[in-house]
Amino acid sequence: MKEFTNNPLDGKYGKYGGRFVPETLMSAVLELEKAYSSLKKDPDFKEELEYYLSEYAGRPTPLYFAKNLTEKVGGAKIYLKREDLLHGGAHKINNTMGQALMAKRMGKTRVIAETGAGQHGVATAIACAVLGLKAEIYMGKEDIERQKLNVFRMNLLNAKVHPVESGSMTLKDSINEALRDWVTNIQTTYYLIGSVVGPHPYPMIVRDFQSVIGREIKAQIMKKENGLPDALVACVGGGSNAMGTFYPFLNDPSVKLYGVEAAGHGIESGKHAASLCAGYEGVLHGMLTYFLQDEHGQICTTHSISAGLDYPGVGPEHSFLKAKGRAEYKSVTDDKAVEAFLELSKTEGIVPALEPSHSLAFAIELAGTMKKDDLIVLTLSGRGDKDVQVVADYLKVKV
Amino acid sequence: MSIEKSFKRLKEEGNGALISYIMGGDPQPDLTPRIAGALVEGGTDILELGIPFSDPIADGPTIQGANQRALSSGTTPLKVLELASQIKDDHDVPLVILTYYNPIFRIGPKKFFDMAKKSKVDGVIVPDLPVEEAQDYKPIADTHGLDTIFLASPSTTIDRLEKIIKYTSGFLYLVSLFGVTGAREKLQQSTIYIIKKFLPYTAGRIPLAVGFGISQPHHIKSIIEAGADGAIVGSAFVEMIKRSRYDVNMMLNGIRRYASELKRATILKSK
Ligand SMILES: Cc1ncc(COP(=O)(O)O)c(C=O)c1O
Repeated sequence: MKEFTNNPLDGKYGKYGGRFVPETLMSAVLELEKAYSSLKKDPDFKEELEYYLSEYAGRPTPLYFAKNLTEKVGGAKIYLKREDLLHGGAHKINNTMGQALMAKRMGKTRVIAETGAGQHGVATAIACAVLGLKAEIYMGKEDIERQKLNVFRMNLLNAKVHPVESGSMTLKDSINEALRDWVTNIQTTYYLIGSVVGPHPYPMIVRDFQSVIGREIKAQIMKKENGLPDALVACVGGGSNAMGTFYPFLNDPSVKLYGVEAAGHGIESGKHAASLCAGYEGVLHGMLTYFLQDEHGQICTTHSISAGLDYPGVGPEHSFLKAKGRAEYKSVTDDKAVEAFLELSKTEGIVPALEPSHSLAFAIELAGTMKKDDLIVLTLSGRGDKDVQVVADYLKVKV
Repeated sequence: MSIEKSFKRLKEEGNGALISYIMGGDPQPDLTPRIAGALVEGGTDILELGIPFSDPIADGPTIQGANQRALSSGTTPLKVLELASQIKDDHDVPLVILTYYNPIFRIGPKKFFDMAKKSKVDGVIVPDLPVEEAQDYKPIADTHGLDTIFLASPSTTIDRLEKIIKYTSGFLYLVSLFGVTGAREKLQQSTIYIIKKFLPYTAGRIPLAVGFGISQPHHIKSIIEAGADGAIVGSAFVEMIKRSRYDVNMMLNGIRRYASELKRATILKSK
């Protein structure tokens, strides 16, 4: 029997996950679970999703052998899974396309979503625009200030952006606000969550839609190298690109799995977003998992140079994989991430997003400790165009 | 007095309960017992005391503000339990704690209920803990003899309602509408409908109290007339506290007066 199965009982991964939601939302998450379990088996739905992923979003993405980088590091062979080449510039569209199609089939006319830096907001706006759905995006007032261009981009894509002025005015508060909207409008509204977080069945649904990453990696590496990789490396904000990368390999024990969190200014500084590495078990946003919080259970604000990793929690299946020892979780600072960002830009001509720059920094370190015929696959979850200004500011370069 | 006794007495008199909510530590911890005193003097039958939380997902802007003011004044879960104990020493009123689940989870349910028991708390409401997730929590609360007040909502099916009633003691908290907490001008017609729909299942088993959006005497009159056993008012008091936070006497007088106005609306002359 396989150790890791597909459908968690009661939405639980070990003790993690669950549906800690107000009673009013219970009917909505149950409805969603029912809709998903029937759509999952519906060949017509699968076909439609595959159509949009290949014809519209640009799947499959290449698995590129980073020859220059590998030679420079002088260790294991490093492959890059090029999710940065997808429409929208990140893996986010794998999920938004799937969920937007679900919303449509469930007869919901209005889609809401949260966004931090705006990547998930943009990917939601894209999917809704092409399917003719109305998208409304919650975004913290602080984040809007930092990411004005993405706000305009969402507007171009016909989405409405609601500024969130509650709490710390960042991603976690946008999720709070989206949940408040959902509770008020459950009959008409689909909540399109952006990562493997939230109440069951969201972590399962988002993981399934993102698993296309790992499935393609498996087929591509078999073809290129005639074997499984020795290690998979992915960054972890909420954990969707990592879960999608890992999931098809959970029952292949020879494949080591590494998730990389944002250590910000360093774990000791307290200014970071490394929930699995430095947090405590808690309950928020419908799930039991690791959160950055104080001794009284108040959730902390986070820091990372990459807005996409700036979340004080993590998907429950990651907490489970950590508890099981199936995956290892590391953290990388702002400084090291920027170094890796510059390195890949120079050696391979690929400007990565700051999120996977974190996992790239770790992958480079890891490769150096491995043998020359070992294989590492790094999921390059997004492109770095959105981060050019941030990096310029970091380097104190005026553009 | 226990919650059960309180409802029993009111039922004998033919009246509904006024259940008043405030946030512990809003605007300052030392004011909380005095505000609670004013509520009780005004005629509050059951007091609901909130523990502030950084991420109150079921609350509208008014109570979100109370959470932030209480956190800014340094209010911890333990502090709120101390305040509860003080209130119980001063007044013979049933007191329930309202908190999101994470503070309980972080302290540990066992330790939390030990402390709540010592503070003479009568019951606990956790808006983000549905019965499915209460497997650990419920038996611990039962052992400590504290009431577990679960919520039902307009989207609750009768099957679920039955399950929720099995987990519930003290009273059942009926969320009156689709939405978050916060005062509304008008009572929704659907609120009366849902009370009447659920009453046949609760009558004789568990008192039914209605909250969310209830802020004015005429709201209370309508829901008590429809057969509910109690009305829960939160945002209206929190708003008064916020508005008059720099003039404590005005605050306390205003709260006492408004509570008595609301209390009058729970008294049905025709019953
Ligand atoms: C490029 C990129 N990678 C990673 C993430 C982190 O999300 P997750 O951990 O769910 O993959 C984001 C989030 O915005 C992102 O934009």
